[in-house]
Amino acid sequence: MEDLKGAGSSGDEKDTGDNKGKFLNPTPILDELEGGKWPSFITGFKELGERTEKPMIRGVLDQLEYSYKTKMGYWKGGLVTVKGYGAGIITRFSMIKDKFPEATEFHTFRIQPAPGLHYSTKMLREVCDIWEKYGSGFINMHGQSGNLQLIGIEQAKTQECFDELNQAGWDLGGAGATVRTAASCVGPARCEQACFDNLKVHEKVLKNYAGMTHRPEFNYKMKFKFSACPNDCANAIMRADVALIGTWRDSIQIEQEYVTEWIDDNGEDALFDQVVNMCPTKAISHKIGTSTIEIDNKNCVRCMHCLNVLPKALSPGKERGASLLMGGKNTLKVGVNLGAMMIPFMKLDTDEEVEEFIELMDEIIDWWDEAGLDHERVGETIERVGMKQFLDAVGIEANIDMVVRPRDNPYYKKQYDSAV
Amino acid sequence: MNAPLERTWKTIESGPHNLEGSLHPVVVKNYGKWKYHKLIKPGVMVHYGLSGDALYTVRAGTPRQNTVDLVRGLCDLADQYADGFMRFTIRNSVEFMFAEESRIDPLIKDLEDMGLPVGGIANCVAPIAHTQGWLHCDIPATDASGVAKGVMDNLYDEFKTLEMPNKVRLSTSCCSINCGGQADVAIVVKHTRPPRIDHAKLSTLCELPKAVARCPVAAIRPTIVNNKRSLMVDEEKCIVCGACFGACPSMEINHPEHSQFAIWVGGKNSNARSKPQSMSLVAEGIPNNPPHWPEVNAVVGRILKAYKAGGKPWERMNEWIDRIGWKRFFEEAELTFEVDMIDSYRHARTTFNQSMHVRF
Repeated sequence: MEDLKGAGSSGDEKDTGDNKGKFLNPTPILDELEGGKWPSFITGFKELGERTEKPMIRGVLDQLEYSYKTKMGYWKGGLVTVKGYGAGIITRFSMIKDKFPEATEFHTFRIQPAPGLHYSTKMLREVCDIWEKYGSGFINMHGQSGNLQLIGIEQAKTQECFDELNQAGWDLGGAGATVRTAASCVGPARCEQACFDNLKVHEKVLKNYAGMTHRPEFNYKMKFKFSACPNDCANAIMRADVALIGTWRDSIQIEQEYVTEWIDDNGEDALFDQVVNMCPTKAISHKIGTSTIEIDNKNCVRCMHCLNVLPKALSPGKERGASLLMGGKNTLKVGVNLGAMMIPFMKLDTDEEVEEFIELMDEIIDWWDEAGLDHERVGETIERVGMKQFLDAVGIEANIDMVVRPRDNPYYKKQYDSAV
Repeated sequence: MNAPLERTWKTIESGPHNLEGSLHPVVVKNYGKWKYHKLIKPGVMVHYGLSGDALYTVRAGTPRQNTVDLVRGLCDLADQYADGFMRFTIRNSVEFMFAEESRIDPLIKDLEDMGLPVGGIANCVAPIAHTQGWLHCDIPATDASGVAKGVMDNLYDEFKTLEMPNKVRLSTSCCSINCGGQADVAIVVKHTRPPRIDHAKLSTLCELPKAVARCPVAAIRPTIVNNKRSLMVDEEKCIVCGACFGACPSMEINHPEHSQFAIWVGGKNSNARSKPQSMSLVAEGIPNNPPHWPEVNAVVGRILKAYKAGGKPWERMNEWIDRIGWKRFFEEAELTFEVDMIDSYRHARTTFNQSMHVRF
């Protein structure tokens, strides 16, 4: 590595050798990732490096090459932030800056896109121009929590960069023990299955919690995700402490003429194999030789399968809303936990209804803040402390949709008077 | 260095960017009033509004780790074909929407000329949800972007054709925290030995009680080494989860050889047909072998080949396995069931076969 430009030098000179005329240093291992048909991030980084001649890009590629060679990572965290905020910038200092001084600082802005990751080119071009002025020009679209991530800036430039982004309507996302940036599916913007306006609710709820997004004050992270139907394209049940997932309460709407059209196109066998027999509760019936189906809506569990197969013929019912599930999280530390049903149906159409949801969330966050241990997600707190205790504390009424069946052990007790 | 200029801007804590102004006019007009959609061909679909409007969508894969140049290129295409709007999926694909059917093929050509493949909708392999890795993370054992690139190179045709029983979602992650998430097939780093402790630096870099509290099995204890406060790990108890390393960089969990890959299958978020399900471990001890990770690719390839051949229409990976049984899954995917695939952590009994149901 000793012969690398930039290594141990100021890093501004353009160099010689077999890489003549190029700004970047040789990265033979990374270059292997330029082959193959899938678009290569390395090609993108290298082209940007050659065009802009930013030393940070050269240093970071050098360090990345070194990681590929040694099979170890070399970034450490820290506390870079902007005025008034305690989160939203992921701090990265190189652990081997003596070797790669151009990679000394490589911090990241997490910024919150519009719900559903919808953009105008005007918005994105503004981000690109501001980001090229202050940062590396690398943009991650998107982080796993749903942030637009601007990767690679030096601490000295963060405030000015943030101020320009903020003036253009952008704000930082969450990191650490905060309310995190939320994610939503495409929602009613382009999906006929949408059962509530998840994009509007996402915007309102996260704007309400902007303060808690920017200043870490909890035990750990608190993630919201909003999927507009049970297909859960935002992966809310698995990835969110608080999952709002759209559903309906009345009957699936059927237009039999389009059922007939589907049978004409695909055949009766396909109707049995792909629709009738795939219904998880056997709620769909079809008489051989007819061209219609019947749905036993009392027994329908709103799984979405038949609506996915026959989107022209079937639509969610008219009485639409959302379910609240809580406690979804990945592996650390007790293992994977899927969100559990708390409230099977809520209306979220009016501002008042969204306000009511936020008030409930305030209660839940307060309880978790009190009852939770350090680094404990709300689902873990609920499991450790007890669902009954949680429900009592936050004022949610027990309902049978919370369980797949009633308990199979008798270990509970009743209120009693110890004097008697 | 010059003194910084006086700051005149007062921060507006606005949270998410406003949705207003980010939506295509046909989207605004038909918002919440869509009737149905259909797939036209790989990567292309049309949505019909109750108004009778048609909205075409073309979806393309991206590298996820993009640059301002790539994003400006996408903006140029959006200005030319999609009236100045675009959106992204949570699996890093870009989508252009417009009302004119005649724009589909020229847009596809321009995207492919940029090197961005069109596909990823419906019963095919969608792009990989993945983590940051060596490029940016502070605790990674690998470079997820590189693994994702290598795997998608191999699955390129499966992204662009509609030959899978149902959608296939993949993820890769650079540590067991698995930020890439649950997926039909997940490629996740598995540490195989306890952390190595740097006693000389630990007390200056780490908050000791925080690191102790972070351990899910109470395996970390305070100790004194060379007259310095430090921590020790009960290696018998340690489950090599790596939780302590996130709190304390002096408890190095990563290792070039002992941090390996494991492959998990059957994760599913959707409620369609079967309930959402977390994934199961089906292959482990796979070397972390950059820059092409051939051993990872071989296992993922065998799993997808078996699913493609055996799954019925609409069956997701977990549903296909539920139907044929795990024993046959291991046979079809040419994998070996090993003792570490039997859970020995909390809730292990929920995965034991408490029945006589066995296939011979």
